[in-house]
Amino acid sequence: MTAVAEAPIAAPVATDVTFRVRRFLPEVDAEPHWEEYTVPLFPTDRVLTALEKIKGEVDGTLSFRRSCGHGICGSDAMRINGRNRLACKTLVKDLDISKPITVEAIKGLPLEKDLIVDMEPFFEAYRAVMPFLITDGHEPSRERLQSAEDRAKFDDGTKCILCACCTTSCPVYWTDGQYFGPAAIVAANRFIFDSRDSGAEQRLEILNEKEGVWRCRTTFNCTDACPRGIEVTKAIQEVKRALIFRR
Amino acid sequence: MSTTSQPESISIAAPRSSNRTGQRSNFELYSWLFMRISGIVLIFLVLGHLFIMNILDGGVQRINFAFVAGRWSSPFWQVWDLLMLWLAMIHGTNGMRTIINDYAERDQTRFWLKMLLFTAAGFTIILGTLVIFTFDPNIG
Repeated sequence: MTAVAEAPIAAPVATDVTFRVRRFLPEVDAEPHWEEYTVPLFPTDRVLTALEKIKGEVDGTLSFRRSCGHGICGSDAMRINGRNRLACKTLVKDLDISKPITVEAIKGLPLEKDLIVDMEPFFEAYRAVMPFLITDGHEPSRERLQSAEDRAKFDDGTKCILCACCTTSCPVYWTDGQYFGPAAIVAANRFIFDSRDSGAEQRLEILNEKEGVWRCRTTFNCTDACPRGIEVTKAIQEVKRALIFRR
Repeated sequence: MSTTSQPESISIAAPRSSNRTGQRSNFELYSWLFMRISGIVLIFLVLGHLFIMNILDGGVQRINFAFVAGRWSSPFWQVWDLLMLWLAMIHGTNGMRTIINDYAERDQTRFWLKMLLFTAAGFTIILGTLVIFTFDPNIG
């Protein structure tokens, strides 16, 4: 056996990465404007790390939402290089750092400050589809049983973290303030196809309205944007199919 | 007769309540289905029309009054053209209606743009239908 001297593992090198952030301070600015920040980052760093570095070391007035930082709370949805992503799930090595990386608030919801938008219209649409179990008859004395096959029917929709990436990537949602948006339809889908739920008819009726699923133009922006890998457009199509064939 | 019931004018919507009207109708469903079905039918009607008029038997050069008169003496071509006119006009109008709904921001703008659209579409459909049915090959 010959001992082979192992090459020393090179220490990771931090490179300067430039971010173009769309800033808006309602007390100072009349209109949002772009500002550039350069911070040293490792390839494995997240965009969220960069924003925290900017806020902590360069400009403390930068505002954004973040909670868990691990892609499960859905707080830090933003447009990174023109695509809706979670800042905590987007790594520097996956972005082209030869050009400045643009970061801006998600579109289609009222801008409040920097990267923060008013989420109320989004949650209003979510509430409108009644995203909770609706049952009829007597309360069972034990669990509501469900077969594995029936559970699999709506599995995709249960992954939603309500980050609004899909809804705010939808061109119809941008232009039409009343469209329910993909996230609300996914939430409805999750209960419509749940064998334990008996409110499917009510939800279908809500989604059959003028501002419901028929506004969907099948552009697949929502499926592309979803950080949880939900096939959002497919979920919307399933609701359309249920509406067409229900009678 | 109860006198305690409140007059209708007092009831106001709760704060932050949805301003969705909640009208129950299948109109959007049928308009969505119509777009898909008419689209498929139009592929055959329009491509067939283009092929027959512009490529077959000498193509566009042979088209004159006599050619049109000959075609429209057959009920088959009358039905073909009528179907193509109606489907294309309603398909296009419905598409434009969707675009106006998307992009017009004020209700007034939306309403008048749609009125203009429906008037233009109605005029074209009526005029076209009239021509197909009242065409007189012995005119002049």
